[in-house]
Amino acid sequence: MDKAATDGWSVRQILAQQGILIAFVLAMLVFGLFSDRFLAFDNIMAVLRQTGIVGVMAIGVTIVVIGGNLDLSVGSMLSMATVLVVDLHDRIGPGPAILIMFCAVLAAGAINGVLVGYLRLNSLIVTLGMLSALQGITLIYTDGKNVDIANQSDTWFAIFGRGDIAGIPTPIVMFFGVAVLGHVLLTRMPFGRKVYATGGNPRTAVYSGIRRGRIVFLTYLISAFTVGCSALILGSRVMGSQNNVGQGYELLVLSAVILGGTSLLGGSGNILKTVIGVLILGFIQNGLLLLGFPYYAQWLVTWVVIILTVWLDVASKRHSLWSPIA
Amino acid sequence: MTGEITPVLSVKDVVKTFPAVRALDGVTLDIRRGEVHALLGENGAGKSTLMKILAGMFTPDSGSITLDGREVAPKSPLEAKALGIVLIHQELSLVEELTVAENVFLGALPRRSFGFVDWNALHRQTAEILRRLNCDFAPTSIVGDLSIARKQMVEIARALTVDAKVVIFDEPTASLTDQEKLVLFDIIADLKAAGVGIVYISHRMEEIFRISDRITVLRDGAYRGTLDTAATSEAEVTRLMIGRSLDYSRNTETVAAGAIVLETRGLSCGDLFQDVSFSVRAGEVVGFSGLIGAGRSELAETLFGLRRPTAGAILIDGAEVSVETPTNAIRHGISLVPESRKEQGLVLGMNCRDNITLPQIDALRRGPFLSPAAELDIYDSYQKRLSIRSPGWRQLVRNLSGGNQQKIVIGKWLAMKPRLLIVDEPTRGIDVGSKAEIHNLIRELARGGYAVIVISSEMPEILHVSDRIVTMYHGRVMREFTAAEANEDSLVQAISGLN
Amino acid sequence: MSDIKNNSFVRWLSRNPIWGFVVIVFVFFSFAADHFFALQNVENILVQASTIGLIALGLTLVMINGNIDLSVGAILALAATVTVDMQGWETLAFLGDWVLLVAVLAGLLCGTLLGGLNGLIVWKTGVDSFIVTLGAMLGIRGLVFVYTREQSFYASSFAYSDFGSSSIGPLPTLAVLFIACAIVIHVLLSRTVHGRNTYAVGGNREAAVNAGIRVGPHMVVNFMIGGFFAALAGLALSTQMGASTPNMGREYELWTITAIVLGGTKLTGGSGSIVGTLGGVLAISILRNGMNLMQVPSFYVLVVLGVILIAVLALDKHLNRRTAQEPAL
Repeated sequence: MDKAATDGWSVRQILAQQGILIAFVLAMLVFGLFSDRFLAFDNIMAVLRQTGIVGVMAIGVTIVVIGGNLDLSVGSMLSMATVLVVDLHDRIGPGPAILIMFCAVLAAGAINGVLVGYLRLNSLIVTLGMLSALQGITLIYTDGKNVDIANQSDTWFAIFGRGDIAGIPTPIVMFFGVAVLGHVLLTRMPFGRKVYATGGNPRTAVYSGIRRGRIVFLTYLISAFTVGCSALILGSRVMGSQNNVGQGYELLVLSAVILGGTSLLGGSGNILKTVIGVLILGFIQNGLLLLGFPYYAQWLVTWVVIILTVWLDVASKRHSLWSPIA
Repeated sequence: MTGEITPVLSVKDVVKTFPAVRALDGVTLDIRRGEVHALLGENGAGKSTLMKILAGMFTPDSGSITLDGREVAPKSPLEAKALGIVLIHQELSLVEELTVAENVFLGALPRRSFGFVDWNALHRQTAEILRRLNCDFAPTSIVGDLSIARKQMVEIARALTVDAKVVIFDEPTASLTDQEKLVLFDIIADLKAAGVGIVYISHRMEEIFRISDRITVLRDGAYRGTLDTAATSEAEVTRLMIGRSLDYSRNTETVAAGAIVLETRGLSCGDLFQDVSFSVRAGEVVGFSGLIGAGRSELAETLFGLRRPTAGAILIDGAEVSVETPTNAIRHGISLVPESRKEQGLVLGMNCRDNITLPQIDALRRGPFLSPAAELDIYDSYQKRLSIRSPGWRQLVRNLSGGNQQKIVIGKWLAMKPRLLIVDEPTRGIDVGSKAEIHNLIRELARGGYAVIVISSEMPEILHVSDRIVTMYHGRVMREFTAAEANEDSLVQAISGLN
Repeated sequence: MSDIKNNSFVRWLSRNPIWGFVVIVFVFFSFAADHFFALQNVENILVQASTIGLIALGLTLVMINGNIDLSVGAILALAATVTVDMQGWETLAFLGDWVLLVAVLAGLLCGTLLGGLNGLIVWKTGVDSFIVTLGAMLGIRGLVFVYTREQSFYASSFAYSDFGSSSIGPLPTLAVLFIACAIVIHVLLSRTVHGRNTYAVGGNREAAVNAGIRVGPHMVVNFMIGGFFAALAGLALSTQMGASTPNMGREYELWTITAIVLGGTKLTGGSGSIVGTLGGVLAISILRNGMNLMQVPSFYVLVVLGVILIAVLALDKHLNRRTAQEPAL
């Protein structure tokens, strides 16, 4: 009896720890059963290609969140970066455009990093302010107009969104490339250890000789860098950009990170699970569409999935399903 | 004699176990009507567990609590309060943004119709209570604007809103000025006259002898005895409190102290400590004794680069250095095992290995990547050396016992191969066995040529491990003793500011 | 000594520094922008402020509680959509003009229930309100898109769209509605047991629990109030437009949180006031209106606001820095 009880618990624990993976497999099975196109190779590649933009940024934001902070500015930073790279493409050529775009996002990330890391301001408010400011800057830059690339057919810039590397679509290569880099950074390099320590217990980190401010600063630079990568994919795919193209992306990215089980309190999380979180969002979207649901039904499902995932996680940590609050 | 007076509250054979620790082991206690009953014991003796049981925050594993002849088992502070048992927390449980009156009647604001607060009744009733307490602030003052002492008065006022039978004071004078203390003692006298039973928890002997009628001593979760205050002495109480076991003997080892590793000259940090001059030699343990707030931990933090000194100099190997950051301190060979292992020493959600290697993680590389082998080497050797009991390096530090957690912190800093090791409260809240192990380790380190500074509030611990003892009082160094000349009386005098 | 009136004014201002800012920008634009200092324009500012302002009233309670509600923008859109759509339902045609009342109540009910649902999830699951309402923000917006098939709806009742531009005496109805609601919530927060408990729960949750305040239901009520006011803001906005669009209210949660934080409410809970929130809302509205009158493209407002938000945070941190008991980390 006692044994059965502990067994029951361990099943629950597996559910909680690998819940996201199980949910992923289940979702794939259900969609696969009901739609014969879902598991087709072409379809899977199409989904992977689409998830690249959210995916790359989710890697950066995961690192910020593990360090104990939030980044809500990635959406409007994406708008700014895409507009910049697309607009400058025709004026100064793709190479310099990309360079300037990366300088701009890294500068924005550095401002976030200084304010949150060194001045220790609340990251939610700082990045909220940055969201607003970057939105404004983008609109000022474009004067409220949309931008596009004139000669869409003969520019090597097309490779990021439309091309492929060794037969694999570039967005997929970039997504998995950045994910592997992020994973190696977090788990195989001293920097990653310091990020976990800083997010897990900032005071202990400082008492251990870790320069907390610098670590947080760097996480924001990384996040900004991933935004730049996403802007390459987005700009190249559309070959043009609305000035609010990134609006709302911060939420999709954050949803993917949360789905991946990264705690918003910092100190825990994992790139691989974020990748699964991104894929779940992508396949839910695709699967629902294939089953004939309206496009935005995916958001309703995401709502339920987010709450269930986090609930399961919280419940397994406190060893009871319901919260003890009276 | 005890039989004639019926106690208002009696605790019988209460046992409470936490994972890995037996916090209370069959404690028995009687509180009489109209008496001040002091509860004494060192950190970790079980006082706070007992209080929390009385106040309904914990449920005992076994044993009984009887209030006015009726067995009770309060399940929440609210229930305990309704029964007439009120706990005045050391950490204040006030809402800063609300007024005094709103805090006093928190959760029980008098209402008018439609859920409106009946301000007249609220302010009248509060004013009445504040008058009884001789408070000099108004019911409408915002609590956040009050001094800590006044906040404490608010907390006490809250106890008076119910028909209290037993009031428990937990270290009430810790942050009070002498003047404010007198007011508090008057209040306690009033409560006493009104027939309330009072439990008074404090470290300060002179207060206890001044106001208490009886004294109960706890040690290591066990009841050590109850004494009539009038018929006992500080010495007797102290003996009950800290006992005398063999491994707590005075340090008699003679050291062949080496060269001076660290020296401070007139070191000051704002109003935290002033004009501190002392030195530590290689192969020597220097103990810092003093009460909470004497500035010892702040001194340690300054030596470790966490605070900037406002005056004076730090010398390492005779040369003046500036220690501006912990990184800096580490480079100079200083390690600090901080006071609070959970808040400053460990990342609880990380595993044992990662915690131990954290300060030197930058060095444990093969190329740009971490070297798991080098990390594991360090973990293995300190796990063995400190006999850390853990199922493996992957175990999260959160799941270890306090003693093993502390060993992880010590291992983390020993692994830095420091020349000067500062340990702040090395054995707070850990079991007796681990305590002895850590004491032995500190002596062993000294023999191995380390310079060690030990900060502890436990006098026997200081006497047990130190070669020299520096006493501090209110941010100043009072006296320095050699192990041979120090004894408890002289130390107590020095840390109480009597020279 | 200096007179008490002056002193208490200084104290009041130090508690609500945003009002100092409001006065400064008001005076600035009065001189800098033509047509700014006119009754007509002040009315405009109030009407423009009413949407964000109404949301902010409810959200202030939620935030003083130490929670957050990111779904208010989506709730706004859903409530407006439901109310505008129901007016045209054939099945309700028998109600005559009463259909408007039913539609309005349905819209408000939607908002209140969704707020309650958020609160209930926060209470029962113990999941952080940021995550719960982030999910709801997506989910409810998705619901709006699915419901409307991404189309705008137009109000079929003229009475409804007239309401948005109507006046009570010299004042626009929406401005009056906003001010009346602000007074009600101010009284709720400062004079009722529920309001005072709102501070207690946010300021020291453990003390509140120990004092017997039922924290869970208490928070649910505040989430419901938050949802109600988001819905009311949706109705107010749709009466102005005579329509509802599926995208309406997008990013309003960000604007509202900005206004509330500018007004001095802390994200950690326990402090804040309707007076402060009102100041934050007015500050944003005056900036927008004034810069608009000065022909500054509206984009600049975004930048200015972002900078002000961060500056206020930095200033607050600097002024309220705790005395050096803790080593600087």
